[in-house]
Amino acid sequence: MRAPHHMLKACVVVAALGLAVPAALAADYVVVIDKMTFGPVPAELHPGDTITWQNDDIFRHSATARDESFDVDLPAKSSAKMVVGDAGSVEFFCKFHPGMKGILVIAP
Amino acid sequence: MIRSLIVAGLFILGVSGVAGAADAPTDPQIAHIAYTAGQIDIAAAEQAIQKSTNQTVVDFANLMIADHKAVNDQALALVTKLGVTPEDNATSQALSQQAADKLAELDKLDGAAFDKAYLDNEVAYHAAVNSALSTVLIPSAQNAELKSLLETGLQLFTEHQHHAEMVAAEFK
Repeated sequence: MRAPHHMLKACVVVAALGLAVPAALAADYVVVIDKMTFGPVPAELHPGDTITWQNDDIFRHSATARDESFDVDLPAKSSAKMVVGDAGSVEFFCKFHPGMKGILVIAP
Repeated sequence: MIRSLIVAGLFILGVSGVAGAADAPTDPQIAHIAYTAGQIDIAAAEQAIQKSTNQTVVDFANLMIADHKAVNDQALALVTKLGVTPEDNATSQALSQQAADKLAELDKLDGAAFDKAYLDNEVAYHAAVNSALSTVLIPSAQNAELKSLLETGLQLFTEHQHHAEMVAAEFK
């Protein structure tokens, strides 16, 4: 009876570590939007990191992925947080001001 | 046409390169011109929303109203804070007269003809205002906050101009 109990415990610990490790390493970033421009994006991004889009403008903007993986609405002087998705290169733009754009490069 | 009228208006004010800094528009005049320019585009957008049945055109017009209203609200807050009273002037009057003529002209059009004329005018109008902002209004502005707001306006209107060109291209 003891052996299965230990094994179960070990499994639980491994499972807990497996979940906890990425969460502990996840980084939080802020991208500032000001004067109709997206500020610098994080140089190193990984799935599970968060980006807070901070709109300092007096206009409504959005951070919208061209591949539709995210679409964050940003009313004037507001901010919103999102979790970074799968690895890859994601072009984004403001759907209200299509000239505003950038690229997120997400490493595995 | 629009560009020439704005230029004409600015000449009435005597702000051509030849006239020199002494004749440049004052901050109260600049505030009035910028506010008037914004209101004109809002009026044009309201007409488009009323007349157009094309969703792309209506969406663009709604964006123009939201953005220009945001700038003008900010401009009003700024002049209030600075204790400046916007001053009517020949340029504002020329802009308003031209805009009234344009509204009347567009009012006679319907459907696709209206959509195309509205978008073409949006391109031309934003180009003319941007030219006035960069060559006369921004260089002449004395107050730093007013200058900064005009610069933000120039960035916004430049984006609008390109956006309008993009949308207009779909209506050729």
